[in-house]
Amino acid sequence: MTGYLIRRVLQAIVVVIGVTIIAFILQHAIPGSLARSIIGPRATQVEIDAFNRQYGLDHPVYVQYLYFFWQLLHGNLGESYKLNQSVDSIIIHEIPKDLLLVGTSLVLSVLIAVPIGIAQAVKRNKPVDHVATGTSFFLYSMPSFWLGIILIDFFAITLHVLPPEAPQGATITQVLADWQGLILPIATLTLVNFALFSRYMRSSAIETLAQDYIRTARAKGLSERAVRARHLLRNSLISIATLVGLSLPAIITAGLVTEAVFNFPATGYQFFLAAQNNDYPIELGITVLVGVATVVGNLLADIAYAVLDPRVRYN
Amino acid sequence: MAVIGIPDIGDVAEPLAPEGGQATSGGSAWRIVLRTFVENRLAVIGIGLVVLVTLFCFVGPLIYHTNQVLAVNLLGANKPPSASHPLGTDPNGFDILGRLMVGGQSSLEIGFAVGIVATTIGVLWGAISGFFGGIVDAVMMRIVDVLLAIPALFIFIYLATVIRPTIGILIGILSLIGWLGPARLVRGETLSLRTREYVQAVRVMGGRSWRVVLRHIVPNTIGTIVVNATFQIADAILVLATLSFLGFGLPPPAVNWGGMLSNGVSYSADGYWWLIYPAGIMIILTVIAFNFIGDALRDALEVRLQQR
Repeated sequence: MTGYLIRRVLQAIVVVIGVTIIAFILQHAIPGSLARSIIGPRATQVEIDAFNRQYGLDHPVYVQYLYFFWQLLHGNLGESYKLNQSVDSIIIHEIPKDLLLVGTSLVLSVLIAVPIGIAQAVKRNKPVDHVATGTSFFLYSMPSFWLGIILIDFFAITLHVLPPEAPQGATITQVLADWQGLILPIATLTLVNFALFSRYMRSSAIETLAQDYIRTARAKGLSERAVRARHLLRNSLISIATLVGLSLPAIITAGLVTEAVFNFPATGYQFFLAAQNNDYPIELGITVLVGVATVVGNLLADIAYAVLDPRVRYN
Repeated sequence: MAVIGIPDIGDVAEPLAPEGGQATSGGSAWRIVLRTFVENRLAVIGIGLVVLVTLFCFVGPLIYHTNQVLAVNLLGANKPPSASHPLGTDPNGFDILGRLMVGGQSSLEIGFAVGIVATTIGVLWGAISGFFGGIVDAVMMRIVDVLLAIPALFIFIYLATVIRPTIGILIGILSLIGWLGPARLVRGETLSLRTREYVQAVRVMGGRSWRVVLRHIVPNTIGTIVVNATFQIADAILVLATLSFLGFGLPPPAVNWGGMLSNGVSYSADGYWWLIYPAGIMIILTVIAFNFIGDALRDALEVRLQQR
């Protein structure tokens, strides 16, 4: 177990370093020079030199990278070109709202996907199974932004029961005070995540049902109900750790799109705004953040899995 | 062999390889695949939908003539469906039915191109990584891990803001991440294929590494490749729609379904449903069609494996 953990952590560190290298390469993908793209095409050579000196761009590439990495290591993600604010302060300010939106929908989608997956496995190839498979297939093939749009169209514009826009409050308390606005974004993200999870939950439950310990449980006379509650459900819950870990990039992406559709001013929305304003440091800072978050999330998922499933520990 | 022309020792090795006897049974195996595929109703629906959508986008404009280039006509803008405009008009006065056809062309073209480019890169990367193993494999797969760690849409949007996208650049950007999936899958299969007797035989006879990879390993992963390429197309169409919706796709006057939705959504409060639903439904139909085909192909190829 300890060996596994050490190996896994080292691997994660390598990937995180890789993510910073990618971010560094992306920074240099800006055509022409970084200086010209920021101060504008009319910048004089003197201004460009001054800019390069200020940001350390007059050093060789590897020194620049090490400087870049050193800054990241200290949690410094750079300064916004347009907002006169550090990328850190923007993220720290916005991230609680992301966690609220993404966290709530993640919990809800798991709460929906697990029982449905189990019901599908138990009633395999019955109408329940077909309806659930069809629904998740349909949701899976639907662009998440379009799902958001039709929910707005139906609930906010046709029925007038919910606001079409997410809460605009700057802090999480202000957002919560306006909670009705959160219902549609959370519903959108929950359905998207459900579509991601549902198929996997079904096949994992079917696989579990074919295991020897299920047969043993039945053979020793446990009622079908007890088998499902004690063996099937518990083992399905374990696989959720892996599932959520693997789906993190997709979940974060859906979060970005949902925030853009509902104008929810959180980190993903800031990324979207920054992209519209060509504010590269914000874009890159948030990209590094989501990359690292994915790696750490995957690591935690693997650790959780190892803790929950004794079979991993012995290998 | 015809591709390479010059016969070398590897050519001699093939008939001797254990699977040499498959010349006849191989044919019937593929017939089983085809039969299983055709028997799958969803697969047939999927193929039918793809054909219909393709005809709609590429042949449709030849039959249903509309002006999609210079129609800015604010008096005729946002008109509901009528006899002259079956699906109404958009905020610039363009006929929506005609625009759906033109907009679909780029979606399909980019989807197919990304499917092909990403799969080709991924297959080669995965096969080379798995075949050589060791440090080569470790480095090549860490690169895949790193790129997979960053949610792709963030990279797509960043690159689309840095580089002004054209169709070619967009295909490049989408392929830049798309190849990671097939690379992983093919590497996994290569790890088991490279220990097979026929691969060993080619090596013993002096077959060069690239020959083993290209002629013996890659062809044996064809099932995985085809299934994955189908899903790649579906994914590329979705991502393209999302990028265009967010405003980072092809700049105007290029049309595409995602971009149409982006235009339409600002008017949804006015109840202009025809700006929102037709384009969305086209995206869903196309993506579902490719997903149906991919699923059916996977089932059919699994059957082939079972019957072997």
